Amino acid sequence: MTIRFDDPNRPNSYIGRTVPRPNAGKLVAGQGRYVDDITLPRMVHVAFVRSPHAHARIVSIDVGDAQAAKGVVRIVDGTEMATICTPWEGKLAHLQGMKTPPQHALAVDRVRYLGEPVVAVVARTRAEAEDAADLVVVDYDPLPAVTDLMTALDADTPIIHEGYEDNLCFRRTNEAGDVDGTFAGAHKVVEGWFKSGRHTGVTLEPRAIVADWKAGEAELTAHVSNQAPHMLQVLLAKHLDLPESRVRVVCGDVGGSFGVKVHVYPDEVATAALSKMLGRPVKFTADRLESFLSDIHARDHEATGRIALDADGRILGFDVDDWAAIGPYSIYPRTSAVEGLQVTNLIGGPYAFDHYRVRSSTVFQNKGICAQYRAVGHPVAVAITEGLVDKAAHEMGIDPVEFRRRNVIRDDAYPVSTVAGLKLEGLSHEKSLDALVEAMDYDALRAEQAELRAKGIHRGIGIASFIELTNPSPFMYGIGGARISAQDGCTVRMDPDGSVVALTGVTEQGQGTEAIMAQIVAEAVGIRPHMVRVVTGDTRVTPFGGGTWASRGAGIGGEAALRAGRALRDQILEVAASMLQGKAAALDIRDGVIVDAETGEDRLPIEEVGRIVYFRGDTLPPDLPRELMQTRHYITSNYPYAFTNGVQASLVEVDPDTGFVKLLKHWCVEDCGRIINPQLVDEQIRGGIVQGIGGALFEEVCYDAEGQMLNGSMADYLVPMSGEMPDMVIRHIETPTEEGALGAKGAGEAGTAGAPAAIMNAINDAIRPLGGEVTAMPFTPERILRALGRIRD
Amino acid sequence: MTDAFRNRIDLTFTVNGEQVEATVPAGRHLIDVLRLDLGLTGSHAGCEHGVCGACTVLVDGAPVRGCLTLAAQVQAAEVWTVEGLTDTGAVADLQAAFVARNALQCGYCTPGMLVAAKALVERETVPSRAEIREHMSGNYCRCTGYEAIVDAIETAARARAGEATE
Ligand code: FES
Ligand code: FES
Repeated sequence: MTIRFDDPNRPNSYIGRTVPRPNAGKLVAGQGRYVDDITLPRMVHVAFVRSPHAHARIVSIDVGDAQAAKGVVRIVDGTEMATICTPWEGKLAHLQGMKTPPQHALAVDRVRYLGEPVVAVVARTRAEAEDAADLVVVDYDPLPAVTDLMTALDADTPIIHEGYEDNLCFRRTNEAGDVDGTFAGAHKVVEGWFKSGRHTGVTLEPRAIVADWKAGEAELTAHVSNQAPHMLQVLLAKHLDLPESRVRVVCGDVGGSFGVKVHVYPDEVATAALSKMLGRPVKFTADRLESFLSDIHARDHEATGRIALDADGRILGFDVDDWAAIGPYSIYPRTSAVEGLQVTNLIGGPYAFDHYRVRSSTVFQNKGICAQYRAVGHPVAVAITEGLVDKAAHEMGIDPVEFRRRNVIRDDAYPVSTVAGLKLEGLSHEKSLDALVEAMDYDALRAEQAELRAKGIHRGIGIASFIELTNPSPFMYGIGGARISAQDGCTVRMDPDGSVVALTGVTEQGQGTEAIMAQIVAEAVGIRPHMVRVVTGDTRVTPFGGGTWASRGAGIGGEAALRAGRALRDQILEVAASMLQGKAAALDIRDGVIVDAETGEDRLPIEEVGRIVYFRGDTLPPDLPRELMQTRHYITSNYPYAFTNGVQASLVEVDPDTGFVKLLKHWCVEDCGRIINPQLVDEQIRGGIVQGIGGALFEEVCYDAEGQMLNGSMADYLVPMSGEMPDMVIRHIETPTEEGALGAKGAGEAGTAGAPAAIMNAINDAIRPLGGEVTAMPFTPERILRALGRIRD
Repeated sequence: MTDAFRNRIDLTFTVNGEQVEATVPAGRHLIDVLRLDLGLTGSHAGCEHGVCGACTVLVDGAPVRGCLTLAAQVQAAEVWTVEGLTDTGAVADLQAAFVARNALQCGYCTPGMLVAAKALVERETVPSRAEIREHMSGNYCRCTGYEAIVDAIETAARARAGEATE
């Protein structure tokens, strides 16, 4: 029996409704349990001596004074650490030609980025560990640092890794059609240069781990602020040489992640290794400076691109050369090549055209490691695409909305295989544009803009269409040999009173995973959401899964939950049918009561089934199946990814005298397929937009030419605060994926994917009449004033 | 760290209405006293730099940064944290509004947000959205994008003022 999602009056209709999050109550009461809140008996603390150089040889390490300091328990350097913890390489086999050297938990012989952990100092308290760490004397022989993206492959640039011929990590060209011929013969070719700053996640809760090795049980428990517990379980087991079943990773409350907490970090692995060495719990919590130095960074792209057009303003092709700077290592296990890889796939994503060439080159630098951060590659690709599209529209004298209408892939054209090689199941660019224009009252805004312009007020309207990759299959990582699960599972168990515990492999970091799982299971079984207790983030009990990343929680984890819930319902009904001496097919469960499916008449409370199965099983036929616990796993199979789409718009006012940008309003129309909880989706979009705005206007990790970080504090690295942020109007189109019964695609990253481009186009719409244009993010007042020629030196 | 800095001090103060005595390192900040010495982990540290507001607690009725306040400064003071404010129901309406509006995602910023917002909803007049945004601009939230937080505070402020919300 399928669920009729289009009927809002169907029984148990929780999918599609705003239902409060079951875990919000404890969080507002201050009863969350984040990793740093955990204190275990005999727990000690680790502080790391980190490299003060971007690149240097380690000549010697003297721990004499530190060893004697108060409270010190153990000091370990890279050489000793390597005896119990093997190094790793963030490589994927299907990314041909990719290279990256082994990375150790603590540096051995050489340091290659500022903040790289070199020595671990364990003491009774964090303060004592820090004090002792200050007493460790490391003698470094500094080496030249490679810090410039565009010269990283030049012949006279030093090579970071011994034995390598250059600083290239990965390069890919995605080409189809006749690019050179098309551009040569085009009616018009528009060119642009774009830069995305290096930014970082700034989760409010820093990374943290409490590792607890129990020798007696030969088991490691790691409480980690992380979004992929099973991945971490497998990798900790591998590098510490333990059976996977003897590693338990627990991710309780996580104070924001956004991709920052989906990677393997040397300091966290070292902490686990230290616990194994010491046989007692060890805690590491990054302080904010450590976060800036050692959390993954992202973006740091520079690109030149061009777009070819015919006389009617139709896009003929894109030709883009993108460069991305990562740190000295590719991140483990996902690799740092994926952001560039995404750019090679996503340029021009919303549009129909036939000629495509995008090359991306990912190079090593002596800076922090760049990796997957919310919307991986999308903000870069969307900014390049939409920047070129807007410029093209402007130069052709076509309204930017009209230009997009002419060029987007038609809503009735799906399924579509794009020239870039993407398989698109079903998108709604046309409907989304219509909804956006209506939500904005576009024509009125344009009229107002012209009116204000006459009064010397410079407003701009920026549009950005986008596609977003969600619900990844093993084609993303598994195919390359990474032990990252694309499938996910859910176990549901009915307790005797008819309430249900649901254990899921996807995790909660505030998105509302637990709420949507409760809704899905409630609807699938036929009980109320508050009767479902959702358990996430504990590898000892939850089905093996991937966790929450790449917007996969609802689409993959949700489908598994739906199937598990339906299986439990069927099992309950089979027992009930036996008890009632009827047919299961004639029964249904509604609000926790077994009813006649036809008439809705009550037949049996669900807890009566629980009572009989668990306490009076003797009264049932002996061969009757009675497993009121069901597990289902789900993996997508028809499409490598479920793409979503949307369009954003930004209204800004630019002050040409100060270069300040005021965000007046923001709109997003988004199509993430079936919406499980409208409020949660809206808030994912809003939060994502603001993160995108951060990258567009404020955020940049700045290094000097020697690889020293210039702004490693929250006072210096600017993030969006409430005062400057706009109100955001969110609208939806629903084009469910037909891969599963649920039809949900991901919603977590769309906001971040499209916002920077919308902001860029809005600013340029405001300042183009003044002769300015900005394409290097973040768009600081200084950059805007320079673009306007107001400052020149 | 100098030896003098390492010295310990005896503290007597009130936390959440309960008298507390503690001997703590003189250099210790209030947020660490609360979290480490008293086990009140509801208040969080986000930056330890006075910028993010996650550590905001009430000291003698005023919101302060727990990461910038030295333990010695709260001698004889009255401190309230989210745990106590929850128990007394002092911010129950704000909490309910935050939950209803989903004005929290990971929840790490929320205790600080609630303490900061308390002062706002206690004012005589209902603050405008711009005033709410301005007042809350010392509290960082990476998850929500702030709009839901502004909405929730606006709802609670209007309700306190006896105004119907839409
Ligand atoms: S921890 Fe106190 S303001 Fe950030
Ligand atoms: S809810 Fe996560 S930081 Fe605000």
